[in-house]
Amino acid sequence: MMTYAQAIRHVIQQEMRRDPRVFVMGEDVEKHGSVFGTTRDLYKEFGPDRIRNTPISESAFVGAALGAACAGMRPIAELMYWDFAFVCADQIFNQMAKTRYVFGGNAKIPMVLRSQQGTGRGNAATHSQSLESIFMHIPGLKVACPSAPADAAGLLRTAIRDDNPVCFFEHKMLYTTQADVPEDPDFCVPFGKASIRREGADVTIVANLYYVSQALEAAEALAREGISAEVIDPRTLVPFDYDTIAESVKKTGRLVVVHEAHQNNGWGAQVVSQICQMAFPYLDAAPVHLGAKACPLPFNPALEAAVIPSVSEIVAACKAACYVS
Amino acid sequence: MIDKQTGLWIYNKMHEIRDFEETAWTLFTENKLRGSVHLYTGEEAIAASICAQLTDEDLIASTHRGHGHCIAKGAELGRALAELMGKATGYCKGRSGSMHIADFSKGNLGANAIVGGGIPIATGGALALKMQNKPNVAVAFFGDGASNQGTFHESLNLAAVWKLPCIYVVEHNQYGMTVPSWQSTSVPDLAVRSAAYGIPGETVDGNDVAAVYQAFARAKERALKGEGPSLLECKTYRWRGHWTGDPEVYRSREKVEEWKTQRDPIRRFRDYLLVHGLSTEEELDKIEKAAAEKMEAAVEFAINSPEPDPAHVLDDVFYEG
Repeated sequence: MMTYAQAIRHVIQQEMRRDPRVFVMGEDVEKHGSVFGTTRDLYKEFGPDRIRNTPISESAFVGAALGAACAGMRPIAELMYWDFAFVCADQIFNQMAKTRYVFGGNAKIPMVLRSQQGTGRGNAATHSQSLESIFMHIPGLKVACPSAPADAAGLLRTAIRDDNPVCFFEHKMLYTTQADVPEDPDFCVPFGKASIRREGADVTIVANLYYVSQALEAAEALAREGISAEVIDPRTLVPFDYDTIAESVKKTGRLVVVHEAHQNNGWGAQVVSQICQMAFPYLDAAPVHLGAKACPLPFNPALEAAVIPSVSEIVAACKAACYVS
Repeated sequence: MIDKQTGLWIYNKMHEIRDFEETAWTLFTENKLRGSVHLYTGEEAIAASICAQLTDEDLIASTHRGHGHCIAKGAELGRALAELMGKATGYCKGRSGSMHIADFSKGNLGANAIVGGGIPIATGGALALKMQNKPNVAVAFFGDGASNQGTFHESLNLAAVWKLPCIYVVEHNQYGMTVPSWQSTSVPDLAVRSAAYGIPGETVDGNDVAAVYQAFARAKERALKGEGPSLLECKTYRWRGHWTGDPEVYRSREKVEEWKTQRDPIRRFRDYLLVHGLSTEEELDKIEKAAAEKMEAAVEFAINSPEPDPAHVLDDVFYEG
């Protein structure tokens, strides 16, 4: 058994042992071991050169990770919160994402940009956002979103070994969740392969990160009412496994997408759009897309809960799709 | 001191750059080039004098005004011009045009169309060199405008803390697009900003090859000894507007003429080579002629190159290997 945070730390450690080009750079990653412990004590084994504390200079160290990747290293850069990506947006969206393409395919960018996001700890508007949709929108970045310890391990290993820039989205409320993680030091979860987390026949729920657990909870509640929900975690948004979802919808005839990211222009809209094209004749109800309301995330727990989707809203959306009142 | 071989290399590169830039200007006015083309004419001494001291293992990151750096770092004129014309044979397969030209195989981490965007990338190149224990340096080229970006401050601080073998070269051409530096920049000499990072800073006449060459040699030596980064400010002037379509309402023709006639870096270096007995009129004429012929061949190559096939427009978004 391992927690999500331990799984991430474990894979970083194994990959750094395996490949001397892999190193970590970010704020408070050395002795503090990163805010959620994902690099705890690794400096003792690898030293401060490879577990490298940076100044609070996101543009400089994300850009430096890119430059180092272009020059033969395999950096894992860590932002403390994904919200801080806006501080260094140019380096991410104009540089990291585009370097390979604009230079005619002559550059390889083997780097991982990791961070965590989401509500749940009272971090308020600029430390609680779910931003993965934005990264999916800009071509050139792979986007991974593990919802469980084994996926965190397998996706991160794939990310570190990938020769492309990967944005790795963790959720702050998942770090303490525990589960078995394969011991195999080459255990990789392939990108672009969704995970069916619960099989069902009546409605397909697509969710990522923390909302996979919310979707599973909703599925449990629906089961008590005689509705069988299938829960699918896409695991990576770029590349995205639409096929698995389309196949599921062909079976269930109903689609509910839910994420903590804001609903307006959230990645769920893209899923609804694609599935309408791929499986329209099979749909028995209009697809539903749930996400956070169009409002900065508030501090007070009751206010925060009012902005993000609830399990009961997921249940209600599924029932409505099944024409059950 | 500059030896004969290096001097002739620099002289040739300066001519290649000027011929390239003036050809690009002509082609633009003939509608054979489009897009945002920022010319380096008048600033040639900087790229040539610095890249004369670099190998393919040394790294640079460049700017939107990047043709000169790219050529000085070893790019072929034909493939560079083909990229300006959007041709399939261009360095970026016609995808990027003027502002992203780079030959990665020559240690060029890229021109950069975002002002200040390349400074952290060069810094990261220097980090890689240091972690790989390589006896090489990285050079960040940027303009006075970029020295007001946050990336400048963040990168110099980072490189100073980590003692990275990075040399930050400000090409102070006195305008950030149309805004004169006195209107935008807190100090007239940007080298003084080095004090904020506890690193050496030096201001030199960027149109004087020997001055740039020697100042860079000092910075490089320091970097290779593991003592960390330096800031080198090269005062210069761009003969053309910010871009090829710039109406230049912010400066007088007289001032441009004065820089062209009094401070032309190529003419000055020609005199230097002659005065120091490093070359002869005949030898230098021959170099000029050879550069011009090379440029003619480059134009021929670029014009006759095929257009890129839209069927491949989606290639290389990701590495698929």
